Amino acid sequence: MSSIINIRDINKTYRSGFEALKCINLDINRGEIFALLGPNGAGKTTLISIICGIVNASAGSISADGFDIEKDYRQARSKIGLVPQELTTDAFETVWATVRFSRGLFGKAANDAYLEKILKQLSLWEKKDAKIRELSGGMKRRVMIAKALSHQPLILFLDEPTAGVDVELRRDMWEMVRDLREQGVTIVLTTHYIEEAEEMADRIGVINKGSIILVEEKCELMSKLGQKTLVIQLQSAIANIPTSLEQYSLELSSDGYDVKYRYDMQQDDNGIAALLADLNLAKLQVKDFHSSQSSLEDIFVNLVHSADKPAT
Amino acid sequence: MNWYGVKAIYFFEMARAWHTLMQSIASPVLSTSLYFVVFGSAIGSRMGEIDNISYGAFIIPGLVMLSLLSQSISNASFGIFFPKFSGTIYEVLSAPVSPFEIALGYVGAAASKSIILGLITLLTARIFVDYSIAHPFWMLIFLILTSVTFSLFGFMIGIWADDFQKLQIIPLMIVTPLTFLGGAFYSITMLPEPWQSITLFNPVVYLISGFRWSFYDVADVNIVLCIAMTLTFLALCLGGIYWIFKTGYRLKS
Repeated sequence: MSSIINIRDINKTYRSGFEALKCINLDINRGEIFALLGPNGAGKTTLISIICGIVNASAGSISADGFDIEKDYRQARSKIGLVPQELTTDAFETVWATVRFSRGLFGKAANDAYLEKILKQLSLWEKKDAKIRELSGGMKRRVMIAKALSHQPLILFLDEPTAGVDVELRRDMWEMVRDLREQGVTIVLTTHYIEEAEEMADRIGVINKGSIILVEEKCELMSKLGQKTLVIQLQSAIANIPTSLEQYSLELSSDGYDVKYRYDMQQDDNGIAALLADLNLAKLQVKDFHSSQSSLEDIFVNLVHSADKPAT
Repeated sequence: MNWYGVKAIYFFEMARAWHTLMQSIASPVLSTSLYFVVFGSAIGSRMGEIDNISYGAFIIPGLVMLSLLSQSISNASFGIFFPKFSGTIYEVLSAPVSPFEIALGYVGAAASKSIILGLITLLTARIFVDYSIAHPFWMLIFLILTSVTFSLFGFMIGIWADDFQKLQIIPLMIVTPLTFLGGAFYSITMLPEPWQSITLFNPVVYLISGFRWSFYDVADVNIVLCIAMTLTFLALCLGGIYWIFKTGYRLKS
């Protein structure tokens, strides 16, 4: 798959000396949904702001659809739509006026039929003559999406698009994002809701303290880094794990009935058969068992925490 | 050139003036009219002529200039400050518009509003005082040059200001005193030395003097010098705007 955004050796050091981004190299594929995850202050918004031209990079280069964002900024920016994290709207303007303004600003001739289509898709058509300050938070978020889409961008940046949005609207937005992807729009989203990335993204990048620590296909990431846990329920409670089972690093629940065994899905021999045999030898009778897979959230937390740990 | 972008900014700003008609047009016209009533009709009728011009007519160019300067600065500074304050500036900065086009849109709209306001003020003055315009072409040139120059100046103030107090401080503490002391209500030849020489360092003197010359063919300062000073100030403002966008001062981190 060809890439639509190429980020090479991007650094950003603020005047205060704070190094927000450290040698970022990243390719975003054409037509994909890419989720950029990271804790607060990791550099997600700074990176997006540099790509969109709002913040100057200290070093490095970026191209969007083959155009350098500095030298060919007109072509590059005309391909990009941005929905920022903050609800920043022209409070005293109508929905229609502000969306028309956005289209013109991005160098496109007026096209009321297209704007009508967008507003209808976002359930904003009924509110087109309403002043933005009269709208709810969720509706304002939709207005910002409509503004970002008004010039038919090839690449859409969604910076925390569903922050503070109710569940129903969040689902609607996910639907809309998928529709846009179907239409060929490349979507880069940052989110605090790991569930959102898990639900929508094709690929996931994790950024922490200004460095990209991982970029991976979501499915591959889940299978590669995801662990499975087997919970074995015993017939009778035990006080301690028998020493003969130490090699399995089992965890015992506080009531002494459940034993947890974590195993790697990638390994051919996951050790379950041997564990069950050893349980039998240790005269522990199994009543029931079930397995569960770690979520993207668990993977993310593990990645960020291991990156935070000092090298030994 | 992204003409659609320039047009979008220009008409968006002009529409904002239309939404706030009372504040944008009615309020400055009313306050200038009060000057005409008080200084032109009431006090002016008891004052002698200056350069063979009735006092009421003499102060018209100065009052129009006073209104023009304050409105140009206020329109342009607020035009760019408000998106910064509300955060919507992100859209302008991320759009395929050059710094020149951004300035053209905002400054063009601010200058247009000031010119319209200046012309309305002139028409309103006619209700109270009889006056003539000796050089209509140059009157329009001064009107446009001053509006554009001070809109550029206001645009810079709007970018520099990071709170509402800073937005007001230069217009109120510097521009208004300079205008009042720049011969809006008197001829600078009426000042004793050394004030007459000191006042020549006030750039507004040249704007008012040149504008008054276009009305009555009399000026405190040589008209060529007036035009040269106006163009110099315009060039300085253009240079300032160029530097702001080149460095991203107070716009980009």
